[in-house]
Amino acid sequence: MRHSLTLRIGPATFRIGSAWAQPIDQLARLYADYPDVDGAIADFTVRLQPTSAVRRWVRPSIFITGDHGLADAAPMSLAHGLLAAEMGMNLQMALGWRRHLLLHASSVEKDGRVLVMTGESGSGKSTLAAQLGERGWRLMGDEFALLDLDSGAILPFPRLVSLKNKAIDVIAGEVPAARMGPLLGATAKGDIRHMVPRADAVARMGEGGMPALLLFPRFGSGPAERPVGQGEVFMRLTQASTNYVALGEPGFAALTRFVAQVPARAIDFPSGEAAIAMVDRLWSEIA
Amino acid sequence: MSAALLVMALRDPATTAALDATGWNSLIAMARAERLIGTLAFRLEGLGVPDAVRPILADTRDDAAREARQAIWEADRARAALAPIGLPVILLKGTAYAAAGLPAGRGRFIGDLDILVPRDRIDAAADALVAAGWEWVKEDPYDDAYYRQWMHELPPMIHAERDRMIDVHHTVLPLTARPTPDAAAMMADAVLITDGLYMLCAEDRVCHAAAHLLADGDLQGGLRNLWDIHCLCEESSERQDDFYLCLFEKAAHHQLTAAVWRALRLSHHLFDTEVKAYHVPIEVDYKLRWSDRAFISRLLARNGWGQETRKALVFAFFVRSHWLRMPPLMLARHLLTKWRKGHRPQ
Repeated sequence: MRHSLTLRIGPATFRIGSAWAQPIDQLARLYADYPDVDGAIADFTVRLQPTSAVRRWVRPSIFITGDHGLADAAPMSLAHGLLAAEMGMNLQMALGWRRHLLLHASSVEKDGRVLVMTGESGSGKSTLAAQLGERGWRLMGDEFALLDLDSGAILPFPRLVSLKNKAIDVIAGEVPAARMGPLLGATAKGDIRHMVPRADAVARMGEGGMPALLLFPRFGSGPAERPVGQGEVFMRLTQASTNYVALGEPGFAALTRFVAQVPARAIDFPSGEAAIAMVDRLWSEIA
Repeated sequence: MSAALLVMALRDPATTAALDATGWNSLIAMARAERLIGTLAFRLEGLGVPDAVRPILADTRDDAAREARQAIWEADRARAALAPIGLPVILLKGTAYAAAGLPAGRGRFIGDLDILVPRDRIDAAADALVAAGWEWVKEDPYDDAYYRQWMHELPPMIHAERDRMIDVHHTVLPLTARPTPDAAAMMADAVLITDGLYMLCAEDRVCHAAAHLLADGDLQGGLRNLWDIHCLCEESSERQDDFYLCLFEKAAHHQLTAAVWRALRLSHHLFDTEVKAYHVPIEVDYKLRWSDRAFISRLLARNGWGQETRKALVFAFFVRSHWLRMPPLMLARHLLTKWRKGHRPQ
């Protein structure tokens, strides 16, 4: 492919090829402080290619694919090329990663112990992780938490944090402009802006920690809190994992151990400040 | 860059020692695109590979083992569903190779469950499968009618709980194809694998694979099918001295001589299959014909990013696949119907 870049995020290496320069240039700027792995052997190949020959030039349209792809993936405009590249990497992880149990969750670490937050898109888990990452916690990832099958540790996958709609202004107010990506308006999920994690999150991206608390955050009401039983936690985490079935027995063993050992709470919160106060309190009480 | 790199690695795994990082990235991307990564992982097992490659291959081998386990379970479920109506399950392709532990099955990608049943029992088989939880998936009435009237298999069914597809065949080529293989003879000659599961005999396995590769589709995934043929031939000719003569005899009976001979020429050329040339009782040699070169170019049409190359040639083989399946008038009607429904060749 005409333009390409190799990136390492946590334990995974991606070779990203693109028919256009723009997405690669944007990635290169935002991932500038990540390890230099130029020319390395990659775990996954991501391709951003035109949906048809004409669409390279005329109203450019990106088909996201790679080693793993979805035949019916929606085409994206070149203006959203950075998002396409991020989605391409997520797609490879979701469909192809086998070395850890993949949880669709954000995670942050303090004193070697990890807070895992899982929930549907829009639950506020990304925003909350990003905020905690600016307030004394180490951000480990906003999209995937990697559960180690042998040790039970959570390993980081600190890609760019993807902020949506109202969360953009909340975070942009706290973070220097150099760590913010371009505003991508009117995507399928509304406005999106990427944020580069703090330097310590990138420098320590090989370093995991034992999970100490699991939260199911939900933005929009409350504040309210309830304990979540192990059966419910187990079911919700199997649904939040893209490779639970593919891992077979080792995945089951790792997940049951996680569920048995990590206390879980569901929290509803009306604002970021309220959520942070709840997290601080729960962390000191039960984690 | 072409899939010659992948062919070389499969044929002679030791040659991968000379690959640099770009070479490995290309090899892995094209092997994944051709769904030969599992096969490659087993071919490279025990060889020294770069540290970054080792976990990729290990993951792939685990995936292949899980897929084989799932496929064999699915075959067993079909066996249980068809036993009450007295139908044995004759497995075709990947599931057969995995269940029988054939070298062709090592690391092989397995998609759907393919089984062969007598044509006059096909409705009974479908009813029994529906009763056991499989459901029809084709929603388009034209597609459904087309399958039932002209194809060698029923429209695909999917199991409601296990989400796995089954293709129920009554022969190995579409009814509209020019050759008419003797499906009844194939079923009569089928061999027991284990526990009520059968597969085609050694010669028929190659006939079917060659028919599938060269007398039917558009050579999508052709390298994988050709690798099957290579493994099937190597294994059977080692066990049976006159394997190739028996194969030619069967191929003639199934009207598949041209397909089988071309498959052997291609396999010999690309994978070094140890074919045996004959002068008596028949004349067979393995020199490439001019037309073989087009097939080889098509089979190798893949670049180091895993993308398909040689668009015009790929399209030509797409056209050929339809030409093989249908007489001109029927083809025209079919293409018009599909076009109206919004289908376009890739």
